[in-house]
Amino acid sequence: MIGTFFWRRLHSLSGIIPIGVFLAEHMFINSLALKGKSSFNQGVALLHSIPYLFAVELVVIFLPLLFHAFYGLWLVYLTKNNVLPYTYFRNWLFYLQRVTALITLLFVGWHVWVLRFSSGLTAGNAFSVVAHALHSPAVMVLYIIGLLATFGHFTNGLWSFLVTWGITVGERAQRVAAYVCIVVFLVFTVVGLNALGAFI
Amino acid sequence: MSNETPKEVALLIKRCPNPQATAYWEEFKVPYYPKMNVVSALMEIQKNPINARGESATPVAWDCNCLEEVCGACTMLINGRVRQACSTLVDMLSQPIRLAPLSKFSLVRDLVVDRQVMFTNLRKVKAWIEIDGTYDMGPGPNISQKVQEQAYELSKCMTCGSCLEVCPNVNSKSKFIGPAAIAQVELMNSHPIGAQQKEARLQALMGEGGIAECGNAQNCVKACPKNIPLTRSIARLNRATTVQGLKNWLNR
Repeated sequence: MIGTFFWRRLHSLSGIIPIGVFLAEHMFINSLALKGKSSFNQGVALLHSIPYLFAVELVVIFLPLLFHAFYGLWLVYLTKNNVLPYTYFRNWLFYLQRVTALITLLFVGWHVWVLRFSSGLTAGNAFSVVAHALHSPAVMVLYIIGLLATFGHFTNGLWSFLVTWGITVGERAQRVAAYVCIVVFLVFTVVGLNALGAFI
Repeated sequence: MSNETPKEVALLIKRCPNPQATAYWEEFKVPYYPKMNVVSALMEIQKNPINARGESATPVAWDCNCLEEVCGACTMLINGRVRQACSTLVDMLSQPIRLAPLSKFSLVRDLVVDRQVMFTNLRKVKAWIEIDGTYDMGPGPNISQKVQEQAYELSKCMTCGSCLEVCPNVNSKSKFIGPAAIAQVELMNSHPIGAQQKEARLQALMGEGGIAECGNAQNCVKACPKNIPLTRSIARLNRATTVQGLKNWLNR
């Protein structure tokens, strides 16, 4: 029987595999821009050479992303936050997980619409299309906010995934996992923002 | 504390005569005496139900029982946070002391709520041990010291509802049974005879309103007045239900 239990576990998993893995891959390709325009364009060409590209994109990225986003919106609705009377650290992270969920949804929706569907980006022009999209300071600021929200949501979700699936059980294991997730957040932030800067 | 001994205690109480009525706040002033707790302040109102404006008021209704923080009956919101009225000392509180009923349970009157849902949830997850048979089943197996110690912590639950009150995922929109019942599954499953129904309890936890509704805010473990390691129980049962889920899927 497929019930809430299944959908909740799938929601938790989908944030890490495939979405988190895709996020890491995306930051890797972005970072090629640090090595110059042609390196980045070659990276894009490599992605474009994947056979059955649209099917792969659909199954590995779009469907999991849509499921994670819309089921997640339902979970945001089901919650009654109470950070004001109960100011515990984890309660704040629980609340921020929902705030960053909404920011990330808007950011990713906008980003995918602009750069995947309406920019006419090809392997030949990838660097200049991205650089053009990012040339205004306002867009840059929105990208920085969007990236920080995305990385925060992903790394806190990673901590939560480890608890939800019963991987980190004890208090100590959960504390160590939290430190590891902070490091993952910092690595993503440094790598992500550095790559963003390469397009200026 | 100030050097001057206060003469009076001011209480602001959320009143509601019945579940259909509109709630209102009423202020009371009661004589102060050293080491008084919230229950004794409420008893002073009971003796002389006159509000702060000098008007005659209906006596404030509240629940209490053991007066030593083992029954959970007097659990309420004290200055906005969930506490037991018996173990909360007036000297530790800023005044006026605001008293309100628990917000996650259906209201009966004033500070009295109906916590029947907690017992319904315990029934849902089969939080009991089946020892009845048609013949003498003999003595039960020994329980190791380690298991006893862990079970003791879990057995301290007094179904006060603090963990449900602070849980952001327990509310009128959700069906989540809350942390208390989940921890009782661990208690019953850790017992060698109780373990015979282990799978049935895990299946119940995987049902509607079960363990998957937990969002890891971990407020429950902070708010529990009995210091029950609720989040450890939840994480252990997260693992057990993951394994059970795989079995349900792959073993048939």
